[in-house]
Amino acid sequence: MSLNAHPELPEFDYIRPASLMDASRFLAQHAGEARPMLGGTDIFVRMRDGMWHDQYLVDVKNLDGTDKLHFDPQAGLILGAGVNMNRVMVSPEVQTRYPLLADACRSVASYQLRTRATIVGNICNASPAGDTIGACLVLGGVLDVHGVNGYREIPLAGFFLGPGKTILQPGDIVTAIRFPLPPQGNTGVYLKLGRNTWSDLSIVGVTVYGYPDASAASGYRFRIALASVAPVPLIPRDAEAYLSQNPIGRETIRAAANLAAESCSPIDDVRGSAKYRKAMVKNLTRKGLEKVWESVNRKA
Amino acid sequence: MSYHRITLSVNGSVEQLDVPSQMTLLQALRDKLALTGTKNGCNAGECGACTVLLNGEPVNSCMTLAVECDGASVVTVEGLAGNGELDPIQDAIIDEGGVQCGFCTPGVLISSRALLDRNPHPTEAEIREALVGNLCRCTGYVRIVEAVKQVASSR
Repeated sequence: MSLNAHPELPEFDYIRPASLMDASRFLAQHAGEARPMLGGTDIFVRMRDGMWHDQYLVDVKNLDGTDKLHFDPQAGLILGAGVNMNRVMVSPEVQTRYPLLADACRSVASYQLRTRATIVGNICNASPAGDTIGACLVLGGVLDVHGVNGYREIPLAGFFLGPGKTILQPGDIVTAIRFPLPPQGNTGVYLKLGRNTWSDLSIVGVTVYGYPDASAASGYRFRIALASVAPVPLIPRDAEAYLSQNPIGRETIRAAANLAAESCSPIDDVRGSAKYRKAMVKNLTRKGLEKVWESVNRKA
Repeated sequence: MSYHRITLSVNGSVEQLDVPSQMTLLQALRDKLALTGTKNGCNAGECGACTVLLNGEPVNSCMTLAVECDGASVVTVEGLAGNGELDPIQDAIIDEGGVQCGFCTPGVLISSRALLDRNPHPTEAEIREALVGNLCRCTGYVRIVEAVKQVASSR
């Protein structure tokens, strides 16, 4: 019996391409046996546990300068795929304009793991529990994807197909995520329920974002994303629509939280039962909406 | 299986190694360089016993490939002391009795050193958050936190 909780990594070939085009071509030519890699924090765990058997890991960190974090006052924020979560957290632009991203990163694992972990990797791993995905969804993230035919854009909202499954094709490499300028008066919260305060995977994660919007009947727009309660990171559209159509107050928030709970389809697992998860979605969505509503009002 | 020749600085000494693709930084340190101060606890990025500084930032060396460290600078627990003197955090851990079995200690020291480098005067809450990725089975957290506080308040 091995003394180690997890065995060593199986044999594979580490590939460090010279450019994104070389990387896309290699990945396309070796579809099914090659995988793009950033920090590797999810990949190594799966390979050690015998779930993944890739022959090639293609290191796409920082290829062609994809390790930049840049804010443009007209275009918004661009986070390169190679930007680790600790860098996101200490960025003054993130802290002042997109603090929700910093809060989401802070909830992930530990400082030393976040030196390796990236937001783009968290997204591509496509776990329904991905802690930073909710913030990226409510902030309107758009992915830059490099494939064998060059670049294209993919809105994050249509990216996920199931646990670990995305619409990426062989040869595709996500090189960055971009966020539009945040709307005036916005506030966001990420409420993560774990078995302990820090570092664990979520039992339920609720991201709520809101801002005044004259085009909504209620005068406000709320965005909600739910983690660990469906096969994909979930946007409860009915709850969002309800909040845009009805005068915001205690009762509307309560009804929207119920809609959010109804929209999810959690499973039982070691971290919590489906029934408990659904109840917690209702409570945390209500709590998140109340917090955001209070803060949006204070700013107005 | 492909091998890669890498050059890295470990505790100030330049090393050239031939490493297979799947060799982690942790394996390279322990098995190639005999630097066994860095421990293998969980091999999954959870316990922090393998924490080292990579280009000044703490990483789980079990979650980092050696080949990725070509050209990098690594500091392990063996490199904390210099010129015959312990690092202040090592002195403080001894003073406070922040060691029981000692298995988590190398990682705790590295994470604490990194915290004090980026934030010389952390609050207790900041210390506890920074050490979230360093598990101690002996439940000696209070004395570990006291040791970091001792260094934080001494300058």
